[in-house]
Amino acid sequence: MSPPAIQIHGLSKRFRVFREKPTSVKQRVLTAHTRADDFWALQDIAFDVAEGSTFGLIGHNGSGKTTLLKCIAGILRPTSGTIRQRGRLAALLELGAGFHPELTGRENVYLNASFLGLSRKDTDRAYEDIVAFAEIEDFMDNQVKFYSSGMLVRLGFAVAVHVDPEVLLVDEVLAVGDEAFQAKCIARVREFQREGRTIVLVTHALDVVREICDRAAMLHHGDLHALGHPDDVVREMRYVLLGVTDPGFVPEQGTREAEIAEVQLIRANGKGEGPVLLGDPVTIVVDVRMNEPVDDLDVDFAVLDGATNHPVLEARTSRDGIELGRFEKKRVRFKIPAFPYAAGKYWVTIGLSNGSTGQLYHVQTQRYLFEVHEYPRVQERVEVPVEVEVEDL
Amino acid sequence: MTATSQTVERTSESPHFRVRERSLDLYAHREILANLIRKELKVKYAASVLGAVWSILNPLVYLAVFTFVGKVLGAGVPNFPVYLLSGLLAWNLFSTSLTSGTSSVLDNSNLVKKVAFPREILPLSAVGVALVDFVLQSVVLFAFIAVSGYGFHWPELALWPLAFVTLVSLAVALSLWLAAVNVRYRDVGHLLNIGLVVWFWATPIVYAEYQVQQLAQGGTGTFLGIDRFALYLLNPLADVAAGFHRALYGVVIPEGSTTSVLYAESSAWVAGILAITLVVSLIVLRFTWAYYFARSGDFAEEL
Repeated sequence: MSPPAIQIHGLSKRFRVFREKPTSVKQRVLTAHTRADDFWALQDIAFDVAEGSTFGLIGHNGSGKTTLLKCIAGILRPTSGTIRQRGRLAALLELGAGFHPELTGRENVYLNASFLGLSRKDTDRAYEDIVAFAEIEDFMDNQVKFYSSGMLVRLGFAVAVHVDPEVLLVDEVLAVGDEAFQAKCIARVREFQREGRTIVLVTHALDVVREICDRAAMLHHGDLHALGHPDDVVREMRYVLLGVTDPGFVPEQGTREAEIAEVQLIRANGKGEGPVLLGDPVTIVVDVRMNEPVDDLDVDFAVLDGATNHPVLEARTSRDGIELGRFEKKRVRFKIPAFPYAAGKYWVTIGLSNGSTGQLYHVQTQRYLFEVHEYPRVQERVEVPVEVEVEDL
Repeated sequence: MTATSQTVERTSESPHFRVRERSLDLYAHREILANLIRKELKVKYAASVLGAVWSILNPLVYLAVFTFVGKVLGAGVPNFPVYLLSGLLAWNLFSTSLTSGTSSVLDNSNLVKKVAFPREILPLSAVGVALVDFVLQSVVLFAFIAVSGYGFHWPELALWPLAFVTLVSLAVALSLWLAAVNVRYRDVGHLLNIGLVVWFWATPIVYAEYQVQQLAQGGTGTFLGIDRFALYLLNPLADVAAGFHRALYGVVIPEGSTTSVLYAESSAWVAGILAITLVVSLIVLRFTWAYYFARSGDFAEEL
């Protein structure tokens, strides 16, 4: 196996935050001591990114994701630690880097492409594709100052996705454009994956991480808070997003004779996604797989208030006297006729245990997150029974 | 896709500065440099009807004006336009390189913060833009010399490449240094503007070289025991200007004149002071480049 494309070891980055940064000699002389605070944007980060893999980097705003990416790209210099990086690298930290409003679309494509490591010849070859991808064929010879912001973004992205690196660093650029354009971008990332390129992706779109990443890391106030399978890291991220801190947090445990295969939350409209409205019926669907035959299997769920992490709703199969018996795979539905609690975020924790001995087979703490809304969001159609009356005047 | 075996290691230390390595890195990124220069030129002449003609117009006007005004102002210097322009174009290249080179990193802060590329490219592109103007304007001057009947002087003309290379190394060396310092202290730009005014008048461009020599060698000819003329020649641009004058103006004592216009020395002597200036410039370049390179790792942070 080839060595990792990126090896990060003990990486820390300190920024000096000047309360009043001396930018002239006079200021430097007059200020006897520079009033600077240290701010550690990254502390002791260590992980590897395997060659050909896709690595997701998540964390809330200001957690150090972009700083880390800039260190890998060589834009920022680490304060301590080392980064080893193999292969040609391109960093997409900004769309349309170097774009100048006075230049035409065509000229900007060539300028921007050279910053992303494309030679003039490469750009010549990719030019038609770039223009087609951006969908602005008719405007390439216009100065970009006459472009709409959407056109600019599309053009920037079109150049970006035609780069030809071995290692690609992407910072949040997937978040631009409308849904159709984003789908196109994800498709392009998948193509990059098929071509065996190494990708490091910074994003706020947690579902994207789960969908396309092989591994993920979560940064929290400059620390490497979680590292591992995207599902686990994303779950941890959702947990932290809610502001709940519990050092004893174990996302998963159990002896796995029986396993939670899938968890869904079916809304009033019969779908498995979207917000839940206050008072709506919801159904928690748990698919259970039995790896070894066990008796007395008890399936339970708890809904936890996202703000306090306290259970607000619980139920288990044994309480209703349901014998699940031995099986290969079964689906359990917990039907809640009307979700009674106020708007906010809620977690669903699922547990499989032995009803008589209490042995834990599989527990997934905070497996599922959903949001309860008080009022329907305006962009969604809801079924409101409207009575029609007609009156003679 | 298998990654090439080339491994980069990034640590808190700035990588060791090696001229060869840096040069290769810059060569590998030459297209960015070319594109940046092209961009600057296009932006400069965007929405102007005449475009690059403006660059040429500037020396043309000088030539036209000084052909007449020179009779009054350029007293003692026959064919004043040739004398003036051969020095002035070199000065323009120098001062424009320094002025735009100094602000090159600041002006491109967005690029510096978002894109990884050899930072030297920024001041180099500033010098590059000035070079393009210099070449265009030199073509005009050369054409004037050829057409006006003034004519070229051979073998003095052979000094031109030497003077040119010296000038460019000097401009690059100082631009790199000023650009790096300017990131930290924004005073540099203002200081430079004042400095350039003094420097301009300390360089024989609008006055005849020989006037300085005469003045310096008058009396004891020394200042604190040091030869005053030698002291004057410590100004590298005085040497560069001497090179351009000798190459293009060509004659020390013009026909029909009784006194020298250029330094009353041989062409070999001019080649000598140019060579010394070139060597010193290259040594300075080696150090300012290393300084710039070491500082460039922190540019993204300091902007």
